Amino acid sequence: MMARVLVNVPPKAQRGEIIQIKTLISHIMEPGFRASHEGKILPRDIITEMTCVYNEKEIFRIELSPAVASNPFITFHTRANESGTFDFKWTGDNGFEATASAKITVE
Amino acid sequence: MQGSTRRELLLGSGASAAALLLAVHAAEATPESLQAAIRNVTGKAEIGKGKVTLDIPPLVENGNTVPMSVSVESPMTATDYVKTIYVFNEKNPQPNVVAIHLGPYAGKADVSVRVRLADSQRVVAIVELSDGSFWSTTANVIVTVAACLEGNL
Repeated sequence: MMARVLVNVPPKAQRGEIIQIKTLISHIMEPGFRASHEGKILPRDIITEMTCVYNEKEIFRIELSPAVASNPFITFHTRANESGTFDFKWTGDNGFEATASAKITVE
Repeated sequence: MQGSTRRELLLGSGASAAALLLAVHAAEATPESLQAAIRNVTGKAEIGKGKVTLDIPPLVENGNTVPMSVSVESPMTATDYVKTIYVFNEKNPQPNVVAIHLGPYAGKADVSVRVRLADSQRVVAIVELSDGSFWSTTANVIVTVAACLEGNL
């Protein structure tokens, strides 16, 4: 199943400007403590990690736990030093993987 | 005449309720799992108070999605930056919430994420700076509808 992903990176920035990056991904983030309608405990199914790589350099990494709400919405900052690409990657339980990328032009 | 007595009564009960709340708060013990989780990342290092701000609503209606943001006062230069931000909770089934790895290239240590809270509780943020020092802050959150109780919704 392909997860729906939204990333928001400003398309343009001044050199050295601190920019905000927003990411949203559709995922149930089943914590593994809830019971189904039949009373069985639903197995854990979460995204465990998200990384952001800016021109092949990792700038942000977050480890997630069952205490993160479903459809993880994560925002963070970085300094825009050069034009290039942001590559985002989410990994999780049951071999979950999703990627996204966004371009930025630095003037 | 009657109105004023009622007001006095309300005032009085309000004050005693506040006193009770304070007493309960002072007597509150930190659960061992939370302490263990914190010690797991900090080791024996001393944890200072301050430098980090935890922005989370004090009163939450729905514990299933609680907006939370953590920011740290740091120049974020190559020699002085925030390495890792850890967030823990007191009463969810597991103490860990997130671990955020940053570096000088972050420009600004300000991250937000939506979390789940199973009960009214304390949320703790611990920050590790590039010089190896740890700083922390806590926030109390009151949750009306807890997360993790309902089934697959």
